[in-house]
Amino acid sequence: MKKIGPPVDRVDGPLKVTGGARYAAEVPVARVAHAVLVLSTIARGRITGMDTGKAERAPGVLAVITHKNAMHLPPQPTRETRASQGDHVLQLLQDDHVLYNRQPIAIVVADTFERAQHAAHLVAVRYEAAPVDVDLLRTRTAARAPHPPYHGTVAQTLPVESRRGDVAAALAAAAVRVEEVYTIPAETHNPMEPHATIAVWHGPTHLTVYDSTQGVFEDQRKLAASLGLPRENVRVISHYIGGGFGTKGAVWSHVPLAAMAAQKVGRPVKLVLSRPQMFGPVGARPQIEQRVVIGAGRDGVLAAIRHEGRSSVSQFDQFCEHFTAPTRALYKCPNLDTTERVVSLDIATPCQMRAPGEVTGTFALESALDELAVKLAIDPLELRLRNYAETDPETGRPWSSKSLRQCYQTAAEKFGWSRKKPQPRSMVDGKLLVGWGMATATYPANVRPASAIATLFADGTALVRAGTQDIGTGTYTVMTQVAADALGLPVEKVRFELGDTDMPETPTSGGSCTAASVGSAVHQACLGAREKLARLGNGGGADPSVDEPFAAQLARHGMKRIEARYDAKQLETRDRYAMRAFGAQFVEVRVDPELGEVRVSRAVGAFAAGRILNAKTARSQLLGGMIWGISMALHENTVYDPKLGRIMNNDLSEYLVPVNLDIPAIDVLFVPEDDPYVNEIGVKGVGEIGITGMAAAVANAVYHATGRRIRDLPITLDKLL
Amino acid sequence: MREIRYLSVAAEGPAIRALQADTDATYLAGGTSLLDLMKLEVLNFAQLVDVNAIPLTKIEVSNDGARIGSMVRNSDLALHPEIAARYPLLSEALLSGASPQIRNMATVGGNLLQRTRCYYYRDPSTACNKRNPGSGCAAIDGYNRNHAILGTSDHCIATHASDMCVALAALDAVVHTQGPGGERHIPFAEFHRLPGDHPEIESVLQHGELITAVSLPPPTGLRQSRYLKIRDRASYAFALSAVAAALRIEGNLIRGARIALGGVGTKPWRAVEAEQALVGKPANRATFTLAAAETVRGARTRPHNAFKVELTRRAVVRALSTIRGAS
Amino acid sequence: MATDLIPLGDPSLRQKVRLELVVNEERRDLVIDGYKSLLELLREELQLTGTKHGCELGECGACAVLLDGQLVLSCLVAAVECDGRSVQTVEGMQNGPTLHPLQSCFADAGAAQCGYCTPGFLLAAKELLERKPDATRAEIAEALSGQLCRCTGYLQIFEAVEAAAAQLRGGR
Repeated sequence: MKKIGPPVDRVDGPLKVTGGARYAAEVPVARVAHAVLVLSTIARGRITGMDTGKAERAPGVLAVITHKNAMHLPPQPTRETRASQGDHVLQLLQDDHVLYNRQPIAIVVADTFERAQHAAHLVAVRYEAAPVDVDLLRTRTAARAPHPPYHGTVAQTLPVESRRGDVAAALAAAAVRVEEVYTIPAETHNPMEPHATIAVWHGPTHLTVYDSTQGVFEDQRKLAASLGLPRENVRVISHYIGGGFGTKGAVWSHVPLAAMAAQKVGRPVKLVLSRPQMFGPVGARPQIEQRVVIGAGRDGVLAAIRHEGRSSVSQFDQFCEHFTAPTRALYKCPNLDTTERVVSLDIATPCQMRAPGEVTGTFALESALDELAVKLAIDPLELRLRNYAETDPETGRPWSSKSLRQCYQTAAEKFGWSRKKPQPRSMVDGKLLVGWGMATATYPANVRPASAIATLFADGTALVRAGTQDIGTGTYTVMTQVAADALGLPVEKVRFELGDTDMPETPTSGGSCTAASVGSAVHQACLGAREKLARLGNGGGADPSVDEPFAAQLARHGMKRIEARYDAKQLETRDRYAMRAFGAQFVEVRVDPELGEVRVSRAVGAFAAGRILNAKTARSQLLGGMIWGISMALHENTVYDPKLGRIMNNDLSEYLVPVNLDIPAIDVLFVPEDDPYVNEIGVKGVGEIGITGMAAAVANAVYHATGRRIRDLPITLDKLL
Repeated sequence: MREIRYLSVAAEGPAIRALQADTDATYLAGGTSLLDLMKLEVLNFAQLVDVNAIPLTKIEVSNDGARIGSMVRNSDLALHPEIAARYPLLSEALLSGASPQIRNMATVGGNLLQRTRCYYYRDPSTACNKRNPGSGCAAIDGYNRNHAILGTSDHCIATHASDMCVALAALDAVVHTQGPGGERHIPFAEFHRLPGDHPEIESVLQHGELITAVSLPPPTGLRQSRYLKIRDRASYAFALSAVAAALRIEGNLIRGARIALGGVGTKPWRAVEAEQALVGKPANRATFTLAAAETVRGARTRPHNAFKVELTRRAVVRALSTIRGAS
Repeated sequence: MATDLIPLGDPSLRQKVRLELVVNEERRDLVIDGYKSLLELLREELQLTGTKHGCELGECGACAVLLDGQLVLSCLVAAVECDGRSVQTVEGMQNGPTLHPLQSCFADAGAAQCGYCTPGFLLAAKELLERKPDATRAEIAEALSGQLCRCTGYLQIFEAVEAAAAQLRGGR
């Protein structure tokens, strides 16, 4: 197996460049009607009256569904009884409570999309509104421990506190101390494809849903539970997804509501959220405030770290951003104290957003380390090397593999870090200030149980299937490669199918776990098929490239096909090793000293993430992650009106993400890494690590350019005037 | 969007008559600041009178000035060689606005009437005197980072969003219209209204009055100019502050000056006092700093947009000092 | 311009409009609702779903098409405005089975990730290269800045457009 796979072209490329790839809302369904959600315009209170007459009489309208006439659902889970990560507490028109602004409070169904949209505006709602509390930094509501089970990462449940050593004593004795507060606003995922669902009933008890989702099986479970159907009666299909980034990793209210609407009108129903509706009812990165206290010796050796903070959550559901996770893992430090708290506010439930916890915590920790480096006049890279963790500082376990030192070296060399002038404002380009900053990147190597089925055909081709999703990350392509590799076939002879609950079960695509989890299952299923073939005997060699091709073997046995299924389990070695991917990121910014405009002019990232299945798709993931980090550092900010509790910059003109012209030259470098323990195929995943160090690296570069330390994201020009 | 009636017209007369016959009708040109707001149900016209077929698409440039048909697309105007040569300020301003896609669609006439980007104006569930007169202004005590600091009233602090209009204000443009009452030639400074007690009335246009052209006087001695737009990302973003500046420098003395501001005013903002502070003075940083202070004199800020005062001062200094011939 | 309202008997059809347009070189005669945007006409009536619905407000570029060769945002064009005009969508970019160089370069460079922004980028790039065959990277960046990509594959998109431009200049 090669450590870095060939840059095979995406197998879905041709369909995507011709318009042939059909996303959820584009599946042709006969007689489909269009549903549009009506969302609340207050953040807290009760609905005291709804006038739906005008909407009902509007042209083309088939139904207006509110809490008065919606189907009665079985009891829904609460914050305390929810079953799993994706099991959110939803708002399914069962009562008159309003819990957040832009909560679904009605659905209008009409024969065309525009008529439904217009009629939705005609629904008049009266409320009894209560004062709202939406700002984490201004609230008087006390922070509290989250309700277990904690819902912060996809792969595992993490503790919200950790202690080792004696932090208070070590801080008191430390020669140098840094203590600062870092804040991050709520951020909104905004995949280019809005959430979209088509619900089709087959009789009263069987449902098919085409959904834009990162997890068809989570979708299936949640739909079945919400609607009171047996799970096997619900089929979810999701062949192409126009980006997710976490917002499509859980099921939100509109999905069961689409099914309820379809049942009401007796026709298939298509429900697409408008862009403004993407701001609120489908999750966001929570607002976060973190305090980091570091004590160190004059030599920069860490004596103690205290990392504590709070993130926002809704009043009715759970989510805890595990922002201290990277602090527990990144550096050798004998005394550590971490605490994560949440504050319930009148907002919709936040959720995972690209590298949840990891990027937010890394921003605080890696900014604070930079502050320590400045204080000690030690080069920031040197400071990190002096505190390099040879084993996992939290558990003491050895790393399954760790090549961070090589990442630092590779990236620093490419960037030219040794030419850095340490003083702030000491590097200029004409009238612009130039700043260099760096940070460490890390992300856990997650694996979750997955299954796959491989079928070999007598014509020499193979079909491999797993229910999983391709959210733009390249699942179609890398799974085709993994299968071809295991079968010894050229990729053209292998077809990989996904996105259907009728296929073998796989995890939600989140936590950068798909390549590792589904890849392992695909690999094993393919090996299984070859073994089966070998067991047929009679010279059935296991390697078709050097022996008799499997097509010939099948023919000789008079078989049209042979099939093997694999149900993945967690590898035992996962308990013996600590497993993370690591990287190093270096950023150059140019800052206009008078106008405060910041532009990233150059960035280099080097990553070691186990085996890279496909150099091309992996580079795309890492580049995308790095640009997300730039976006987080400089742009992204979900703004609530303090009185209305409503997100006001709810479109793509006001919620800024980078455009082409914002993007500098970026180098992504792979540090080869062989990891025999992490999973069958040695893959750690690359979907999220790219973002993790970037926000801190940018902030550190801005400090170096200007001498101004911005601890409150995003770094907009008004903060530098 | 509600069910609309649609009428396409190929001449001014039928267009004006169509609107006269229907108080609930409006003209459709590029659509870039109309159809989005109709989808959001911020605007709710019952009839659209499509004026795209009216041949008001000529650009005439001579020594007497320029005359630009109201249906000229922003991209065609920006890239017109004689406009770019004689009125580079206008070209630069146009090219800094929106995206090429939108500039291909947006017209000169439509851009004069570009609607504000106030978050509250665009959200029918909130109070907004501009959208719903008398309902109040949620922006004043709400989130107001992109809002105006000049020309505001107690009823509205919404910013005028057009870049083109900032250049036109600096260039002393005249807006030509045809309406039920005949032709009018409206000096640019009088075209847009301050919000005052009636923020819903944004210009002096009467219902049915059709913008036919914009004319520019000759750019005598004002060809050294600069359009500087400060924004949160490199492209495709509205201005936090924008400066259209032009100078005529003879010797080292400023003999003529124009300054207009965008992103900070409730209408395209001509800074006449600042211009007066420049004339007769040496073209140096000290002069520019004094003039810059004039541009924001009387600014009324809200918590989130207070930075625009200092930003605008600095932007004005920058724009003036990067004009060729200035030091 | 044949855009008068058609007085059809059924009052619910009052707002229907007859429309003749050319889509991807094929003439279409349609009777449509007057409120339809070009985007929804393409997606819902003609099932040409390659043109994407990203924001409906002219802010993301996903719905970009060529209207008489000009790049426009189809979400902000009333379908009735398109009478007598010619529309090109991503479905009309290839020549028979042969992909347009931009299409093959996007596929090769991995410029299509989730793929949702891809059709808009392709048409924006096509319009640019027809106008400016030797566009610089800065010109490409500016021309494409109205097209948002949230997978943020901007570098691969630059690479694809530059590669396609070279191919097109080479007359291939």
